[in-house]
Amino acid sequence: MPKSLTLIGRYTLLIVVALIFLFPIVFMLVSSLKPDLQLLRDSGSLLAFVPYGDLSFNNYIEAFQRVPIARFIFNSVLITSVTTLLSLVLNSMAGFALAVPRWKGKGLVLSMIIATLIVPFETIAIPLLLIVSKLPWISFSDCESGAFVCLTQNWLDTYHVQIIPFIVSAFAIFLFVQFFRSLPYELVEAARIDGASWFEIYRRIYVPISGPVFATVAILTFLAKWGDYLWPIMVVQSEELRPVQIGVSYFFQLNVAWGEIMAYLSIITIPVLILYLSLQRAFIESIAASGIKG
Amino acid sequence: MSMSSSVGKTAVSPTPPPAQTSKARRQEAWAGYGMIAPAVILLLAFLIVPFFMAFGFAFTNQRLISPNPTEFVGTRNFERLLTMRIFPNKAEVDPDTGEYILDEDGNYTFPRSRNFTRDNPDYPELDGLQEAYAWVSGDTQYLLLAGDSVFLRSLLNILYFTIIVVPVQGGLGLGLALLVNQKLRGINIFRTIYFIPVVISMVIVSILWRFIYDGNNGLLNSLLSMLSFGSFQPIDWLGNEKTSMPAIIIMSVWQGVGFHMVIWLAGLQTIPGVLYEAAAVAGASTWQQFRYVTWPGLRNTFVFVLITITMAAFGLFTQVDIMTRGGPLDSTTTVIHQMVQRGFNKQDIAYGSAISVFFFLMVLTVALIQRYLTREND
Repeated sequence: MPKSLTLIGRYTLLIVVALIFLFPIVFMLVSSLKPDLQLLRDSGSLLAFVPYGDLSFNNYIEAFQRVPIARFIFNSVLITSVTTLLSLVLNSMAGFALAVPRWKGKGLVLSMIIATLIVPFETIAIPLLLIVSKLPWISFSDCESGAFVCLTQNWLDTYHVQIIPFIVSAFAIFLFVQFFRSLPYELVEAARIDGASWFEIYRRIYVPISGPVFATVAILTFLAKWGDYLWPIMVVQSEELRPVQIGVSYFFQLNVAWGEIMAYLSIITIPVLILYLSLQRAFIESIAASGIKG
Repeated sequence: MSMSSSVGKTAVSPTPPPAQTSKARRQEAWAGYGMIAPAVILLLAFLIVPFFMAFGFAFTNQRLISPNPTEFVGTRNFERLLTMRIFPNKAEVDPDTGEYILDEDGNYTFPRSRNFTRDNPDYPELDGLQEAYAWVSGDTQYLLLAGDSVFLRSLLNILYFTIIVVPVQGGLGLGLALLVNQKLRGINIFRTIYFIPVVISMVIVSILWRFIYDGNNGLLNSLLSMLSFGSFQPIDWLGNEKTSMPAIIIMSVWQGVGFHMVIWLAGLQTIPGVLYEAAAVAGASTWQQFRYVTWPGLRNTFVFVLITITMAAFGLFTQVDIMTRGGPLDSTTTVIHQMVQRGFNKQDIAYGSAISVFFFLMVLTVALIQRYLTREND
């Protein structure tokens, strides 16, 4: 076969497969701009994928008016970013403690953390639900008789119940341990001679040169937390605390207007898509890193 | 599991700094304790303690909110979860004539299963069981009775899902990886596109696919109708108990396969190019190259992919909860869906915990198989 022909064949295959992955997303974006009547009419043909006719942002305006989408997005961004940030700090510190300084019991703690990798979240979700319903929290707002601060008992239906249990990840600690161990120990020796404390060695030497592993952990935490569904459906009741995933699933159950639902889905998807497309190399390398180490 | 071994392998014991004072050594130890402490405390509180509590609660009657004190109930929850009996149900005979009672179509009639499972003193071992399946052979109807027929159904559903998804998603993932591992201009664009469904959350993907599977105006029905020039009768893919699970399988593979493409790709790129050059010099065909160079180099990746898909498949929940809520007729309910139904919706923490423990044992079994498959590398 001539070389140019095989080349055309290869590209054809690549493009056909690409269409399979893209068609629902194109359908979503195009439909979000169409009025409902046209949307239903077009869904019977390839026109479903063609942005034409009476295009407008009306569906978006309607969706925004009907549900507090901005609030849901704010909640998700808050929960995801705080979790990711705290996860980077605490897991990298733990990874450093397990990789660099010597202390009694280190091997045991590391084995314990590695052993927890086998426990899927689903296994602990139900008992965790009971635990968080009984945990205390310092409250500044819900106090009786006008007290300024008091103890409340029950984490259900709060922001922190969506954050605190997910900060520490055995897998993230494991990635940090691996990375920190690959760095030359001379760094530590030189710093110790200069009188640096262990925390300074972590903060000023290890953290600045470990960008790649921080990026990997940030992306993996972000992906998991942003898409989380099982936990928030169990612990969040109030509308004002809902993350986007829960918000959209309620909206979807109440609503039959396709265009509005598509607008809602697009609003949530577009920022993530932009983030992914601008950092796609880092995203793909993070996933690959999670496999190679396995 | 296998991760622990690679930690051991990469462990580089640092050369001990010379002549350290005991004060410096104490400082070093305290730094270690101080920096590990927050992680250990959170891990204990939100993972290790609930893990052991799952085992504890599974043997009690704990509820989320209850006026009565919690009691130890032994293995009652597990008995309900796992009891299964096959009961031969003889066709009904007219006591006067001794002949079979037939229905209008001339088929045998059988006594209802509840005659045996509700307070029947002759069958104490069947008391409280529920009919899960029934099939007829001659004049006997065999009843599969279970302590919890919906849970049994969820277990069979999840096995069905896993048996299909693991080879299909694993195989397609490898195919895609080979496809995007070619040295072609612009190949990175395709790699990026194939991975897009992974970054879009499962909730969004599930809702989107509801519209593809819709019984009236769904894209799938339109496409099939177009391809068959209008002779295709529309199907409510998610509303039909025969098509609901296959529909969820296809959509799950569509969403997840990009993830495993990347894992396979990472494996492919660890195979040294020299091996391919040597194979080419020896005159190996494309298939022979794959069979004797690529495939042996992917052994560890293969096990990893197999295990991660299996474990994710066992945990199937989000798609089902959004697309079908386990229906129709429990045809898409899953182990985790049942765990949430009982533990959360019905607030039966004890029974939900028993399902959690069972789920953990499923995952543990797979992990032990992985350990066994990769043993020679340890």
